[in-house]
Amino acid sequence: MKFNIYDLSSFTSSINQTLMENCSPFWAVTIEMVLVGIAILSFYAIVGLYLVYAERKVCAFMQCRVGPNRVGPYGFFQTIADLIKLLMKELIPIKNADKFLFNLAPFIVIIASFMALAAIPFAKGLHAIDFNIGIFYVMAVTSIGVIGILLAGWSSNNKYSLIGAMRSGAQIVSYELSVGLSLVTIVILSGSLQLSTIVEAQRDGWFLFTGHIPALIAFLVFLVAATAETNRGPFDLAEAESELTAGFHTEYSGIKFAFFFLAEYMNMFIVASIAATMFLGGWMPLHVGGWEAFNNIMDFVPPFFWYIGKTAVVIFIMMWFKWTFPRLRIDQLLTLEWKYLLPINLVNIIIMSFVVLMGWHF
Amino acid sequence: MPGAEIDTEKQFLTATVENGQIHDLASFLNNTPETCFDYLFCESAVDYSDHFMMVYHLDSTKHRHQMVMKTKITDRENPSIDSMCNVWIGAEYHEREIFDLFGIKFNNHPDLRKIFLDNDWVGFPLRKDYTDPVNIVER
Amino acid sequence: MTEETITGQLEEQEFSINMGPQHPSTHGVLRMILKLKGETVEEVKPQLGYIHRGIEKMCEKLTYAQTIHLTDRLDYMSAHILNEAVCLTVENALEVEIPEHIQYIRTIMDELNRIASHQLWWSAFGMDLGALTTFFYGLRDREKILDIFEETCGARLLLSYNVPGGLMFDIHPNFQKRVKEFITYFRKKLPEYDALLTGNPILQARTKGVGMLTREQAIAYGVSGPSGRGSGFSCDVRKHQPYSAYSKVGFKEILYNEGDSFARYKVRMDEMWESMSIIEQLIDNIPEGNHAVKMKAIIKLPAGEYYQRVEAARGEFGVFVVSDGNKMPYRMKFRSPNFSNLAAINTMASGQKIADLIAIGGSLDFVIPDMDR
Repeated sequence: MKFNIYDLSSFTSSINQTLMENCSPFWAVTIEMVLVGIAILSFYAIVGLYLVYAERKVCAFMQCRVGPNRVGPYGFFQTIADLIKLLMKELIPIKNADKFLFNLAPFIVIIASFMALAAIPFAKGLHAIDFNIGIFYVMAVTSIGVIGILLAGWSSNNKYSLIGAMRSGAQIVSYELSVGLSLVTIVILSGSLQLSTIVEAQRDGWFLFTGHIPALIAFLVFLVAATAETNRGPFDLAEAESELTAGFHTEYSGIKFAFFFLAEYMNMFIVASIAATMFLGGWMPLHVGGWEAFNNIMDFVPPFFWYIGKTAVVIFIMMWFKWTFPRLRIDQLLTLEWKYLLPINLVNIIIMSFVVLMGWHF
Repeated sequence: MPGAEIDTEKQFLTATVENGQIHDLASFLNNTPETCFDYLFCESAVDYSDHFMMVYHLDSTKHRHQMVMKTKITDRENPSIDSMCNVWIGAEYHEREIFDLFGIKFNNHPDLRKIFLDNDWVGFPLRKDYTDPVNIVER
Repeated sequence: MTEETITGQLEEQEFSINMGPQHPSTHGVLRMILKLKGETVEEVKPQLGYIHRGIEKMCEKLTYAQTIHLTDRLDYMSAHILNEAVCLTVENALEVEIPEHIQYIRTIMDELNRIASHQLWWSAFGMDLGALTTFFYGLRDREKILDIFEETCGARLLLSYNVPGGLMFDIHPNFQKRVKEFITYFRKKLPEYDALLTGNPILQARTKGVGMLTREQAIAYGVSGPSGRGSGFSCDVRKHQPYSAYSKVGFKEILYNEGDSFARYKVRMDEMWESMSIIEQLIDNIPEGNHAVKMKAIIKLPAGEYYQRVEAARGEFGVFVVSDGNKMPYRMKFRSPNFSNLAAINTMASGQKIADLIAIGGSLDFVIPDMDR
């Protein structure tokens, strides 16, 4: 075992052991669930806030500005101040809105992104739950978010919101296909749906490099489709502030708006993690065949940082998209998916199967 | 054109006709290849207290010459004139503005509604006899 | 507004939306009532008057020198050009000879104003299409021009630098140096605009073939300025009826025949290059002279009618003055370019998507106070 210095599975299993010895299995599982819940909740809050901060800094960098720089060093606490402001803001009740659905919608959106975090391997052994259908589970759970967006648009009783929600529905249903199929390409290569196995399979080389051209194509398709699925620019048609004022969340204020806002960033984080896990080897360090010394140095960087670093690169690319490109039109968006990405994907899967069958991959 | 008063002294060549003839003159000037006034760049009304004067500034994008058409509306109570919308479609908004601010009705206008003021606004502000004791300061 | 005018007659599957008066992309308080079928715009009905100030009526109670300060408030993005229109009307009516010194400075200021206006248009156009970065690029460079304006006349936006018979004061000693610095700077920066937006395939897909306006329609609607020239309608007043120093400089009238939003975009981008070349031809040759011709304290125009056309940043601006020989105009009519350009929006936008309507509005470059007057 090469990664023993940073292997967290013994640590987590020892916690499990201790709990199992000291109390009944029911309580042990309950305590574990609470611990994991608290851990993920705090992780969620921190990542969400600092992604907002990162977005503002990246945006400022692209736009020849400084960005937030007053609250704390380099404006580091700006987003925390923003969060406090959003918490204290008045929640404006909307007349003629469907109260129940209106209040439910932000929770559905945020819970969907929250649930997906459970299956993502942050480092070796640092897993909330290691499904044998992990990637399938993540795909399924993230798709629930669109229901929240549709409900938000419908229940607001606002025409702009409704148009935004319908756009979002059409968009996410379409791009879900491309995201799924590009991941299927990698699943064919790895032969497993379990995320930990997929990461382990990339020990000697990331799938992006070992999978030949089909993996590269799948990665590019995934980047485009994932950006679309998270409703980010240039595919932010559901919000489209220059057309629909703020799209589906026009009528939301205060913390309910913050939920949508955080969920958007967490969704970006989740798709970036999936990209990192499936294509860039997850928490696996960069290894080059034959360079023993180089590989050993790389092993000293903790896997968690590898994972965060790779995710950050993908997130940066997605932010770069947003701050450079104009927005697509709804028909162009659907044309891109159904006429280009989907056929490319299907052909790509066939090529990948062929490559795997013939054993042409590394 | 019979009955047209031609004035060449002014800045632009000016043709003044009777109220009823203005539309015929406009179509004539627009359709004749020698004149070809296809660009109506300004349409305005002037209130001369006892009558209104409609002033049309025309340009030809082919020959690059300009001229002015004028006509008098003497009926102050119920002023009306033929619309130019079927000659120059751009007259639509100008005529709505004149309808709104002068109260001149345009026959055959496709969509004659007030453009700036509220529907319940009383009076026509650009007429000389318009009074508004609150907003207009007399000096 | 009665309910009927808002909704009109709606068929099945159609619905209406109120776009504006508070909307991020109507560039002010323009209200457009859209009849939609899904995402497709069936009809656009603009509703004006939210910023109607009755400037034409106010002018009837003001002297000519005072009316200049109201023309600023029409198309505030080309304030200097509009000021000049009134001054030219008065000067031509009184047959005052304007020395070249003044004409040159006016022309340079006009073109600086046009560049500043087009920069803001470019910034806002990118924003309308969802490319938010353009806004900061455009405003960064526009700031340099506003600094020059500030040094010249103290104002940054509503200049009121023209007075009948000349200029309010002479140019600042730094003026020529700073303008030349700006031109050098902006010649480097303008290709950045192209790199960021013009070549972008999404922008081209969003604008090419969108909002078609044929040459005949443009002429009939009176769509002038860059919007008209994008349809191949040669309507540059600077070229056809030169005023100030435009007859002394060589420049090209930018014409594109496609008539779509991208053509209008290209016209404005190319016009910035032309404006810079006009300034470069004039800036080193400003003749010596006084900054104003001595005029009478109270300006009275001889009775009659006067019309002056100028090329504002958004199209042909006209001032129609009827004078009865008094110190105040009997009637003053402003022919504002945006008002006529707006008339064509229904033709251009019906049958397109909502997003296209925004792109079309952006490519027409609306300034709402200019429509409402």
